[in-house]
Amino acid sequence: MSTYQPQYRKVNVATSELEMRDAPKARPAQPKRSWAWLGVVPFFLFTFLFLLYPSSTIVTRSFRELGKGAFTIDNIITLFKTPYILNSYWISIKISLITAIGGALFGFLLAYAAIRGGLPTFVRVSLLTFCGVASNFAGVPLAFAFIALLSPAGMLINWIKLTGYNPYFHGFTLYTMTGLSLVYMYFQFPLMVLIIAPAIDGLRREWMEASQNLGANSAQYWRYVAFPILLPSLLGTTILLFGNAFGAIATAQALTGGSINLVTILIGSELSGDVLGNQGVGYALALGMVVIMALAITGYTVLQRRTERWLR
Amino acid sequence: MKSRGKVFAWFVIILGMLYFFLPLIATFVYSLHAKLGHLSFQAYTNVFHDPKFIRGFTGSLIWATLTIIFGILLFVPTAFWVRLKVPKARTAIEFITLIPFVVPVIVFTFGLVRTYSHPPLLIVDSPFLLVAAYTVISMPYMYRAIDIGLRAIDVRTLTEAAQSLGAGWGTILFRIIIPNIRVAILNGAFLSFAIVVGELVLARYLVKPAFAPYMMDLIQNRAYEPAALAIISFALTWACMGIISFIGRGGQAQVGGGH
Repeated sequence: MSTYQPQYRKVNVATSELEMRDAPKARPAQPKRSWAWLGVVPFFLFTFLFLLYPSSTIVTRSFRELGKGAFTIDNIITLFKTPYILNSYWISIKISLITAIGGALFGFLLAYAAIRGGLPTFVRVSLLTFCGVASNFAGVPLAFAFIALLSPAGMLINWIKLTGYNPYFHGFTLYTMTGLSLVYMYFQFPLMVLIIAPAIDGLRREWMEASQNLGANSAQYWRYVAFPILLPSLLGTTILLFGNAFGAIATAQALTGGSINLVTILIGSELSGDVLGNQGVGYALALGMVVIMALAITGYTVLQRRTERWLR
Repeated sequence: MKSRGKVFAWFVIILGMLYFFLPLIATFVYSLHAKLGHLSFQAYTNVFHDPKFIRGFTGSLIWATLTIIFGILLFVPTAFWVRLKVPKARTAIEFITLIPFVVPVIVFTFGLVRTYSHPPLLIVDSPFLLVAAYTVISMPYMYRAIDIGLRAIDVRTLTEAAQSLGAGWGTILFRIIIPNIRVAILNGAFLSFAIVVGELVLARYLVKPAFAPYMMDLIQNRAYEPAALAIISFALTWACMGIISFIGRGGQAQVGGGH
């Protein structure tokens, strides 16, 4: 190493002598300009025109007075002062919460039963395949499938009626919140199974054996080992399911013909018929959804990162 | 103790399967009752002979194909270029590709229609707007699939090898990169296909012929034909997911849109 040092110095001296002898430098040292960024311009241009700009108008126009363009928070205040708007958020949140928690519980049970229940492997493989299909089978066809099953003349209702009991005489309907929640579960719990399955796979058998060696019973293993490890993943996925239901519209629209007061349906009717009578409030309504979704997705991401620590 | 756990596991699985299959069975049985008195495939025949079905269905096929082609042409060069030359743009691009998860389709449609239905930006009737919108809502799946595909191959070495043999950028993209990540591209393409064909909101508010809006109209006017359509639609979903798991080997197949 040390033998090279003087040589470098010699070279340096040589160049500076050269510079001194020669006329002024022809080209001053210039950072090489790179045009590589041009390659991503189409992507940014496209997403700006068809995603970022239209989405950002929802934010900006929520805070703008109609026609005049002056800043205002009246639109936001109107959201909180109009009972049926508040109600629509409330119903959307309630349905999303119920189906997220219900879907998470049942999905977890299913995934756990298939993976760790001591069942043959084909159960696990077919469950995951079914879930892949079911989590994608939504919207109009799904609504109709449940109409065929649970409408007043549906197959299952006809069977139950044979016993002399008609659920429709005892408060059950497919077309309100209870029924809609039941339908939403069809795409909620499969999503839970798909996302939670790797987390359950990550529960090592050694952990259970170790806890057994230390004298823990099954309840203690769950309380102190498995549950704390799975908790972030369970919570995170529940939040994701919440967002999944919260943004849904097609299923509810097809099932109830728009008679159920969800935020998404309200935005839909505002878009086709200006039902709110004030465009600014329509933007604010949409903004509220984006805020809730953003919170949900952020929560999911944070919790998912915490789980990954254990799943290597 | 052990066997009781197993019984419970079977119980949960059977309950899940009942929940999964009963609506489908009910729909299928219902779809066979179009002729009074005996079972028939009359409802299916009616659907296939309805010119509106042909219009809606071919509409959806065209939108899906254009979305996939456009998606490939836009996202493959972008993801490739980001990996090769501008890794700095990576975070920003990944963030943008995830935005459609945060903005629900109806809100996105709302913003799009309101933005592009006033002059000078009056393009709300253009079919291009619909294809662009579909490209956006399938972007999280398409872009991610392509990016994962590129991660699995050595982009730099392949590119440099091709360059030293005299290949231009077009040759590199279409004859080196795309063939090497074709499985990933197919994966994204079938997910996009499933999203576009099942999608109701965009086609409805941008007033273009498509499968889901057609089915929505049918539910309100007909009894048995929607059942037949639901079965057809289910078979399509099944086919898409089947193809994905066949070509994708363990890749997770799930879609967030269209609910």
